[in-house]
Amino acid sequence: MKKFIAGICALGIMTASTCLAADAVKIGMITTLSTKAGYLGEEIRDGFKLAMDQEGGKLGGVPVELLVEDDGGKPEKGKQIAERFVEKDGIKIMTGIVFSNVAMAVVPKVVRDEVLYLSANAGPSKLAGDGCHPNYFSVSYQNDNLDEVVGQYVTEAGHKNVYLLAPNYPAGKDHLAGFKRYYKGNIAGEVYTTLDQSDYSAEIATLRAANPDAVFFFLPGGMGINFLKQYEQAGLNKTIPVYGPGFSFDERILGAVGSAALGVKNGSQWTHDLDNPANREFVAAYQKAYGRTPTLYASQGYDTARLIASALKATGKIDDLAAVRTALKKANFASVRGNFAFGTNQHPIQDIYIREVVQTETGFTNKTIKKVFANHVDAYAGECKM
Amino acid sequence: MLLILEQLLNGLQLGITLFLMSAGLTLVFGIMQVINLAHGSFYMIGAYVGATVAGHTGSFPLAVGAGVAAAMVTGCLVEFLVLRHLYAREHLDQVLATFGLIMFFNELTRVIWGRQPLFVEVPGPLARSIELLPGLPYPAYRLAVIAVGLLVAAGLWFIFARTRLGMQIRAGAVNREMIGALGVNIKLLYTLVFGLGAMLAGLAGIMAGPILAVESGMGESILILTFVVIVIGGIGSIRGAVAGALLVGMVDTLGRAFLPTILKLFLAASTADGVAASLSSMAIYILMAIVLVVKPRGLFPAHA
Repeated sequence: MKKFIAGICALGIMTASTCLAADAVKIGMITTLSTKAGYLGEEIRDGFKLAMDQEGGKLGGVPVELLVEDDGGKPEKGKQIAERFVEKDGIKIMTGIVFSNVAMAVVPKVVRDEVLYLSANAGPSKLAGDGCHPNYFSVSYQNDNLDEVVGQYVTEAGHKNVYLLAPNYPAGKDHLAGFKRYYKGNIAGEVYTTLDQSDYSAEIATLRAANPDAVFFFLPGGMGINFLKQYEQAGLNKTIPVYGPGFSFDERILGAVGSAALGVKNGSQWTHDLDNPANREFVAAYQKAYGRTPTLYASQGYDTARLIASALKATGKIDDLAAVRTALKKANFASVRGNFAFGTNQHPIQDIYIREVVQTETGFTNKTIKKVFANHVDAYAGECKM
Repeated sequence: MLLILEQLLNGLQLGITLFLMSAGLTLVFGIMQVINLAHGSFYMIGAYVGATVAGHTGSFPLAVGAGVAAAMVTGCLVEFLVLRHLYAREHLDQVLATFGLIMFFNELTRVIWGRQPLFVEVPGPLARSIELLPGLPYPAYRLAVIAVGLLVAAGLWFIFARTRLGMQIRAGAVNREMIGALGVNIKLLYTLVFGLGAMLAGLAGIMAGPILAVESGMGESILILTFVVIVIGGIGSIRGAVAGALLVGMVDTLGRAFLPTILKLFLAASTADGVAASLSSMAIYILMAIVLVVKPRGLFPAHA
């Protein structure tokens, strides 16, 4: 039916204005659904859709239509989709990008074209600092946040000699820089591995020879699974503790890692066990709808949808972009994370936690053990002139 | 000293896995003159089927059997349904078709198993470290991988050097019209060779299961290394595959292990880390370039 109406519109039988009026508010989601990282986009999409389903296809009482496209993790593909969304579909509000390099290819362009972009995952430093823009909001975090919290925790835990490991690409270096910003001890070694490397035996043997107090690693997706399994098989998980940002410890990765991640402490702004009414409702509804425990990414998708809902409720429509922007900036919604507000650079001011991987009867999952930062502001906010 | 020994073992283990992959690919390439980019998909299918069977039955030997069989059946089907029609075509058509197969199989695993990577447990008796020398513990499972790889290499040598089938395959590599004229069913032979190659890739996939993430697209990362191996070793030569795989495994592992330390003798620590990371990921390609300059047809060319 929708296609039929669109067809009529395209034929010019109806005037353009009636076509627009008949449509719901369109939201464009560019995300990664294929490749190894495809589950990340799936989580964001499912979290977002859950919020829509809870309102019966509306957000903030306004009917919305979600258009989802797969970028395959490729910046150029993300760019193409964004252009199509803007020019063909007339979309005014976008979200969903998983990877920072895709975000850097898409976001600066679309926000200049008067489109609102709300990040449900990627939070590159550039967009938080001097590249900030009134049309850009990060609902997730600034990339370094989850490393900073681990740096602080590792220092508090008294580790004096830490070994660092990350893939050799810009985000790898950013994440280690985030850790070092709050870690005060000595660095036993800093190793950059090939992106998408699968065998870590050489690095693990070198690491053992360096004999550090602890290991901090940022290896997203399958790389983290490989590293953790091989680390356990080398018998090191019993002697040298491992730390990392929450990216390698979401519930879907933990299922593939098994006991090798048990006891690992990792940083995150959200966990399914956070005790607040919005979160309890979200986790229960997500489990009921999809039959699995939501991950960090699903919570970010859900929060993004509910933030949009709060703005649409206040404005009723999307036509006046400035009004929507003002409403978004208030962040007048109950985040599943508890405290949530936007800072001057429109990135979250939020609490960040350390959690631990535990085993329950349903499998491996995370348990919040400590709030390390309260109302944490990212390091780049000062560079943003807006 | 112990560290060097351990890294040599790591290199050997990586080399063995690469050998299992490249043995099949080099046969198909050398004998059938077909470029098969989908070889990594057999590796993935072996790993997925193995992981599923291991998860349901808890038996690793059963998983190996199922995974190998699945990879072999898939290989034969691919040969019969797709590649058979492309033998007479150009390499570019074969590349296009088999590249399409990669996407097909990646998406198929996503449809069947979902987007979540699978978990494979290290088989019970091997889930520990063995103290090879005082102060040198080594994961028992990796030693088992080395042992299996050496057994397969010996088995392949036996098939090729001592059996009638091996003789026919070797003859087919040298002159396929002639062996067809002599009354050997060349079509069946091709299907068999292809199935054998897929089977070895499947075996490599299952054995990688407990070490690596079993996920859609896992075949591509190893496929590139496999191509480097067969180019270095000489296309179509099993001996070349052995030599190439061990060489690539060693250079890659030792480069990652020792380049940072070596470079720190000349450079500042932070520069050394960066340069070492870039150099070690290039090392095998540099090796390939050097081999190609000295011996353009690889170390052990099949038909000299």
